[in-house]
Order: sequence, then structure tokens, then C-alpha cells
Amino acid sequence: MEQMEEILVDFLVEAGENLDRLDQDLVRLEQSPDDKKIIGNVFRALHTIKGSSGFFAFKRLEKVAHAGESLLGKIRDGKLTLNADMVTTLLTTLDRLREIVRGVEGAKAEPGGDDAGLISALHALAEGKTVEVAKRGAPVAPPALTPPARVTAPAPASANLDSFLRDFLAESHENLDALDRAFVSLEQTPADRAQLSNVFRTLHTLKGSSGFFGFGRLEKVAHAAESLLGKLRTGELQLNGAMTTTLLETVDGIRETLKHIELTGQESAKDFSATIGVLNQLAEGKALTAPAVEKKVATVAPTPNPLTPALSPAGGEGEKAQAAPASQPSAAGSTVRVDVALLDKLMNLVGELVLARNRLLPFAVNHENAAFTSATQRLDGITTELQERVMKTRMQPINHVWSKFPRLVRDLSTQCGKQVNLVMEGTDTELDRTLLDAIKDPLTHLVRNCVDHGIESPDARVAAGKPAAGRLLLRAYHESGLVVIEISDDGAGINLTRVRQKAVEKGFLKSEDAARLTDRQATDLIFLPGFSTAESTTSVSGRGVGMDVVKTNVESSGGSIELSTVLGAGTTLRLKIPLTLAIVPALFVGCGGERFAIAQTSLLELVRLDPSQNESRIEDVSGAPVCRLRGKLLPLVFLKRELQLEPRAGDCQSPAPAQPVTIVVLQSEGHRFGLVVDEVHDTEEIVVKPVGALLKGIPAFAGATILGNGSVALILDIAGLAVMSGVAAKLRERQPVADAPAPLVANPDEKSLLLFHMGGVEHMAILLDLVTRLEKFPRTRIERSGGREVLQYDGGIMPLVRVADFVEGCRATVDSADTLDVVVHHAKQQAVGLVVGQIKDIVTATLRVTDAPRQRGLLGSTVVNDQITGVLDVPAILRAAHLEDATPKLMPIIAAKN
Amino acid sequence: MPANNNFITFVVDGQLFGVPATEVMELTRFHELTRVPLAPPAVAGLINLRGQVVTAVDMRRRLELRPRPEGQQPMNVVLRREDVLVSLLVDQVGEVIALDDSTFEPVPDTLRGIARELVRGIHKLPCRLLLLLDPSKVIAGLAVGPRRQSLANPAV
Repeated sequence: MEQMEEILVDFLVEAGENLDRLDQDLVRLEQSPDDKKIIGNVFRALHTIKGSSGFFAFKRLEKVAHAGESLLGKIRDGKLTLNADMVTTLLTTLDRLREIVRGVEGAKAEPGGDDAGLISALHALAEGKTVEVAKRGAPVAPPALTPPARVTAPAPASANLDSFLRDFLAESHENLDALDRAFVSLEQTPADRAQLSNVFRTLHTLKGSSGFFGFGRLEKVAHAAESLLGKLRTGELQLNGAMTTTLLETVDGIRETLKHIELTGQESAKDFSATIGVLNQLAEGKALTAPAVEKKVATVAPTPNPLTPALSPAGGEGEKAQAAPASQPSAAGSTVRVDVALLDKLMNLVGELVLARNRLLPFAVNHENAAFTSATQRLDGITTELQERVMKTRMQPINHVWSKFPRLVRDLSTQCGKQVNLVMEGTDTELDRTLLDAIKDPLTHLVRNCVDHGIESPDARVAAGKPAAGRLLLRAYHESGLVVIEISDDGAGINLTRVRQKAVEKGFLKSEDAARLTDRQATDLIFLPGFSTAESTTSVSGRGVGMDVVKTNVESSGGSIELSTVLGAGTTLRLKIPLTLAIVPALFVGCGGERFAIAQTSLLELVRLDPSQNESRIEDVSGAPVCRLRGKLLPLVFLKRELQLEPRAGDCQSPAPAQPVTIVVLQSEGHRFGLVVDEVHDTEEIVVKPVGALLKGIPAFAGATILGNGSVALILDIAGLAVMSGVAAKLRERQPVADAPAPLVANPDEKSLLLFHMGGVEHMAILLDLVTRLEKFPRTRIERSGGREVLQYDGGIMPLVRVADFVEGCRATVDSADTLDVVVHHAKQQAVGLVVGQIKDIVTATLRVTDAPRQRGLLGSTVVNDQITGVLDVPAILRAAHLEDATPKLMPIIAAKN
Repeated sequence: MPANNNFITFVVDGQLFGVPATEVMELTRFHELTRVPLAPPAVAGLINLRGQVVTAVDMRRRLELRPRPEGQQPMNVVLRREDVLVSLLVDQVGEVIALDDSTFEPVPDTLRGIARELVRGIHKLPCRLLLLLDPSKVIAGLAVGPRRQSLANPAV
């Protein structure tokens, strides 16, 4: 009974794999309808399904597969040429088969259903008639990718017989092995009667059992061999080399047939008549003529596995099995199916072993006993290797996920009326199967998106001067410990103007803010929840996960996603996924007496700031601590402050100018910042353990690990820290500066700056280009009109803007002096007076966009005469003043993202 | 007596508490704790239980009782709930006792404070009262919600 269940499970797994393979092959076949090899593959795969179904008495499966096979047979024989209708019908056939197989998986019996329509369509096609192929309207949902479920099946009616058959097969294999050995030993001692009798009996048994199961061909060949052996046993004939060779080949032939029976439940079409002829000839005592041996060698020897063409791929191994030379033993001999849960458990145990090893190593170092030390070193080496090997068992080629895509793309493009060529590169790139699972859905979604939204209709493409068929490229490769997966299309690209509009319509941000967004930021909008530029939801997209979910999924696997797009030329999505999550190299840092681990993937460098050196100290940009690292500003995050660890005397709780500080420079999801810690310890390979549901809500921690001394240490979540500390948000706001449309910073060349002092902030500057005149006005000239301060100036009324009110970190000025320093600026035709604190100087400086956190009212900061100087964002201040609404720019985005 | 009427008892600040034995995975001596910054006060830290990281809940703080005297090491009552391991730090572990409904009474009105939320009922033992804790409630109140996502944007 149990054996039966196992066979059924194997059948289901194999059928699933065969169907997936068929999907790919059929789609490939559509591209190159004359590829005999693929046609052969497809035919064999269907044939195998048919055969196995017959064995299990799954009538529906058998009939549908048979009808498909007949059509393919004609195509294979060149009687018909494959056309799109046939492919569509065959794909429908696959879906039907898959549906039934799934039914079998669930209900352990074949589900009911009527396949008459499909079968007659297949028959009609096979007869060369055209068939009205229904547009595949309802899109085929990507098959629920369930791992082969363990099925407990009630015994089919034929269970008893099947278990007999299985016994027969097992016994026969053993017998054949015995025969192999016996024949070889007989060659040395041809007169060994006992051995000859053994062989005779064995062959006789085989003959009898074959007859019982109705395997006529086996029976005949066994009979012929038996006759020869009979004569040898009685001494009528003397065993010679030619006989041994022929007998061994007979054994091989029988073995292949048995394998075929094992796979399909049926005898193969292998014709033993030639072998039988030779055997009979030998039995009649005729010496084989040289040509006959020659011929035999020519036909049999080069293909010791003459049945290969009729054998199906051994399933399971996909490409590998196909590519394996036919002479190799079947894949079943060299690979073992292992329950994934077992592998996971193994991985956990290896993790434990690594930890135990880590605990042991310090003892060995301090121990005098050389034997102990060397034993420990040996253990160390073995553990490391074991860890690598076990990791390897969990690695799977990305093709496991990608293999579904040719079919998916074909169905979608047909449905959308588009032409898409799918190109896949790096299909054998391997990554951990857990991660593979995690990215399966996001990848599928992205591929759908590319076909549905990315690639245009053939007409539109031709009109745009592109080939009618779009190109969808999937690329995977390894890069610095990460797997990079690119999905690029040469389609329409994303209209970022439209994205901005949509963001405004949806209320994510104000129109003027939207206009300020860089293209990079605008593309980020796509990842917001509830954001879609699609004019209407189609049946393809508009359901399932959105881009926000894709991003979340990718990031929760420790990966990141980037999108770049060129309008009219296409879109590229780049996913970066870690190879494995289980064991990572990490740096340990100390803070507030605790040890924390930082994954080395986010580590850039370590910096020690010694305040005694003038150019390296922590500076304060309106409350935001920064330091200069090789001329660039690096925002700082104090770990102790973020984690609310109680301060101790001498700790760098706040930027204490006198204290040297240790900074870990980190990069995560595009945010670069310095993490100030108390001390830096060593690096160690750590096993990531979940922190448990209770603490999942703390964004600062990615997990926990167990140290060499057995205590637990927390792993810092760098992205989480960036968000918590506000560095992420501030950097996000800063980005428009990088390529703001205003003439201000577009050009990084030298610019003239007007320097001034303002309440609370010592060093401020405004671009001289924006300054029309500098004026001093007596305070008494200020009048009020329409709720704001104005001045009569140059024959008109000039509104005054008190800059300090609009710059974060500035105190509102109290007019103490009798005169006001006013910078007159012309916004379009209107003169505006900017009330600044005290005008100091005009300098020429290289205006560089810095990494300092952006503050409201400032474009950014630059270094002038060794002073960090904030540069006014005049347009923003004016907008804020006119709108009387100084909401920080991207607040709604941040809100939505959080 | 069916096994599911067995209770593991323990003492916290002089009071006897019990949890169903079916929920308890094991009782262990004190393990070194790793403190978790930003966690709720009742989370004492993380312990290494044979390679598994377990969140430890200080029952004194959870029940809002007096802090444990200096130098007194708590014991671990490790609960398994849907594959999540949580350890309750208690003063002392008592015996396993079998109880039936005859001694059970619902929570009296006089029980105040946090205990009222966490206690399922009371068993009147011959010499003292046993407060029957609801493990799911003990744990549920602790989960850290999304908090303090952005300092730059405290309004969110």
C-alpha cells in the first residue's frame, strides 16, 4: 500500500514537471515549428503522461494525453505543420491535464469532467482540419505553484496487481544484476555448471513472470536466452566470447525494457527480434559469421541503451536530464528527492553546529593540549565545509521560477494582442530556495506588468519605428554576493509626467511639489500603495499584488528593487536579492554596553573622528548632526539615541565636540549615513534567527543571533534605522536638489553667493543670480496690505518675505535695528523683498550638493570658507509665502509609505 | 484525571499562578538575558534556549508588581504558542497540579488592575488561591505595534 502511494506521488510530481516542461517546449516550438528535437521532447512527455495514467487507470488523463499525442505524432512525422491554432489547442490540453492532475492530487481520484470537445478538436487538427479555436478569453491564472503535496491515495482497483508488478520489477532488477556478474564470471570459467544452472533458472523466472504480466517481447527474448543457456548447461555447447557478449546485451535490453515498464507501466516498442535471431543462431550451434558480429556491434554497441529514444526524460531533472548523455544511468540513480522540510531542518542543525563551533574555538586557542587544538581545527574545517555543502543543497537555479514565464508571456501577449519575444539569460543562476519562493510572485507580477503595460501593440510599435515584436529580457547574474535579476522591456517606458499628474490626482502630493520631483523620485511614486497609471484595469493587471506589494516582498527578503525608465524606449527593473538569508557575515559593534550585529552587505567603511583635528568634527546643520567625509557631508545617526540606551558618562549621547567618535558608514536602499557607536568589535559569521512575533514591530532590529559565548545579540536593521532616525525621509526630501529644474544647482560650476547671517543660523547664502538689488530700508517704510508686509519700491508695491519664517531652524527675527537688509528678487515681473538677517559678503564658491539632510527652505548646504552654509531655496520660500502653507514637500508620500 | 487538567504553578511576588500544562514546553533555570532596546518594559529580553531565540517576559513587570529583589534570579516557564516560544520569568516554579472545575471560580470583582485582564479565573486550593493565567492575553498585550516610524515626521 505504502509503495503504491509513493508511486502515485512520484507520478504526480513527474506529471507536474512534465506539464511545466511541455508549456515551455510548446511555446519554443511556436517560434521554431520545425525543431524536431523539441517536437520529440513534447511527444515523449505526453506519451509518458499517457502511459503512466494508463498504469493508474486515470482514464481522462489517458484519453486527453492520447489525443494530444496523436496530433503531435503527425507533426513529428512531418504530416502536419504546427500552427498557432494547434499550439493554442495543445496548451489548452496541457491546462486540462494539469487541472486533472491537480484534482488527483487533491481528491486522490480523477475528478469528473467532459473532455469530448477538446479531444475532438485535437482529432480534427490531427486530421488536418482547421478548428475554430476559441480565443483564450479567460486568462489562465498562473498555476498555483504548490510543492508536490504528499498524497495519501486510496488504492486504485488494480492495487494488488500493481504491487505484484512492483515486486516483479524489483526482483527482476536484482536478477539482472546477478546475471551480469554471472556472465562475466562464466567467461572465465565457462564450464561452471552450477553457475550456468543459476543463470538458466534466473532467466526462466524472468520469462515466466513476463508471461504472467503479458510482456510478450520480454518473454520471447528471455525464452531465446534460456534456450541458449539450456544447451550450455547440458554441455551441448561451449560458452564463447560472442555468446557472452550477446547474453550481456540481452540483459541490457531487458533492463531497459523494465525501466520503461517502471515509468509507464507498459512494455516499450523495443523489438528484440534481432537479438532473438542471434540468440537462436547461437543456440543452434552456428558460429556467428564475422559480419553478423560486426553488425551487432554496429547496431547495439554504440548505443548500449538502445531504448533511449522511446524512454521519456526521467522527469524531475528538467534540462539536466535532457542534456545528460543517453548512456548515463537514469537520473533516478544519481539524485534523490528530499523533502524540503528535511533540508530546512538540516540547515538549522548546521547553523547550530556553526554556533557550537564558534563557542569551542576560543577554548582551543587558550588550550595547551595540542591534540585538542588540532581536533578543534579539524572540526572547524569540517564544519565550514559542511555548511557550504548544505547551503548548496538549498540552492536552486532561478529557472525553477522562470520556467513558467514563456507560457505566461505567450498567453498574456496573445490575450493583449501583442507580440513579445521573451529572452532569458542566466537561467542557471542559483539562489536559496526560500528566496526563490519569496520572489516568485513579485517576479511574476513584474513580468505581467511588462507585457500588459510595458510593451505596446504591434501597430504602435511599428508607428514608433520599432520592430512589431517587443522584447522582454530576463537576466540574472551574481554580483558581489547578491543575485541581480533584471526585467527589461523595449516598450513604451513610463510617462513620468503622467505619473506626476496621477500622484496629484490621487492626492499624494501637491502639483507644485510633483513638478519638483526628480525623475528618480517620480519613478519611486510607482511603488506607492494604490498607485497605478493604467487608464483602466485590464483582466491581466489590476488584480493581484501591486508594485507596492512587490517592493515590500522583495525588501522583506532582504532585497531591493530599482526602476529606470526611458519614455519611448523601455523600462528596466532591477532586483537585488541576497544569495541566502541563513548565514551572513556581520560586524559587531558596541553601544551602551550592548553588542549589536550589522550585516556586512550594508557596511561601507569605518571612520574614527578625532576632534583634535580641525577638519573632522561633528557639525550641526540646524539640529541635524553631520560630519564631513572626504569633502562630502554625511548625516549622522546616534545609535544610543535611536535605541534610547541610557547614557553613560563619556558616551557620545550627543555631538560632544571634545570626544572622538566611531562612525560606521552604512548604505541601505540608497540612504548613506553614519552610525555613531561606542566601539567596533570583530566580524563574525552569524546565523540569523527570527526575533519572534512579539518584537517584530520594532523597526530597528532585523533579527537576532547567538554569539560564541551562547548569549543572544540583536541584528540591526539598517533600513529600519534610517527610517526611524529620519535620515531616510530627509534624504528623500533632499533628492530634488540633485537635479532641480531651477538654474540654481543645475550646474555644479562655481557660483557667486551672497552670504548673510540670520537668526539662529549663522551661515546662510543665496545665489547671486537671483538677486536683483541689495537694499536697506528704514523700518518705518514697512506698511501692511492684504495681511502681509509691503514696501513702496520702484514705483510699485513690493511684498516683503521674512526668510527666517520659512527656513527650518531659524528664529523669527525681531527687528532690533532701525534698518532692514533686504534682497530684492524678481519672481517673473514681480519684485519681492527678501528680508535677511545681516548681509555679510559675496563669495565665489563651488556649489556642491551635499549629503546633509535637507531642511525646509534650504536647497542644501555647501562649504564656504570651511563653514557649512545653507543655501536658500528661493522658489520654495516664495511658494510657501504666497500659499501661506509651508508643509514640507513630500510629507504625504512619507505618510503613505509608512 | 485527563492530562489537560494539569497546571504548572509558579510564584510571582508571593502570589501563586498557574498555566495549563499543555501550553508549557519546559521549565528551565535562569538564562542570561539580552536586553531589547525600544521593547515594552515587560519584555525582559531575549534568551538562548538551545539555539532558539526566545522572548522573555518579566511577569513581575507584566503584572505590574514590585520589581524582583536584587540578586534573585528568576526561573523560565517556556510557553509554546503556534511555534512562537515565549518565556515567562517567574520567581519560583511550583509543582504540577491536577485541578477540576469543583475548585474553580470566575475572577472576583475585587481583583483589580492588570491582573484582571490576564487572569482567567481562580482555583481555591486548600491552603491558598491559584490565579489561572490566560497565556494568550499575557503575550498579546506585548506585541509591539508600528511605532515611531520617523522622527522627521512625528505627526504621522
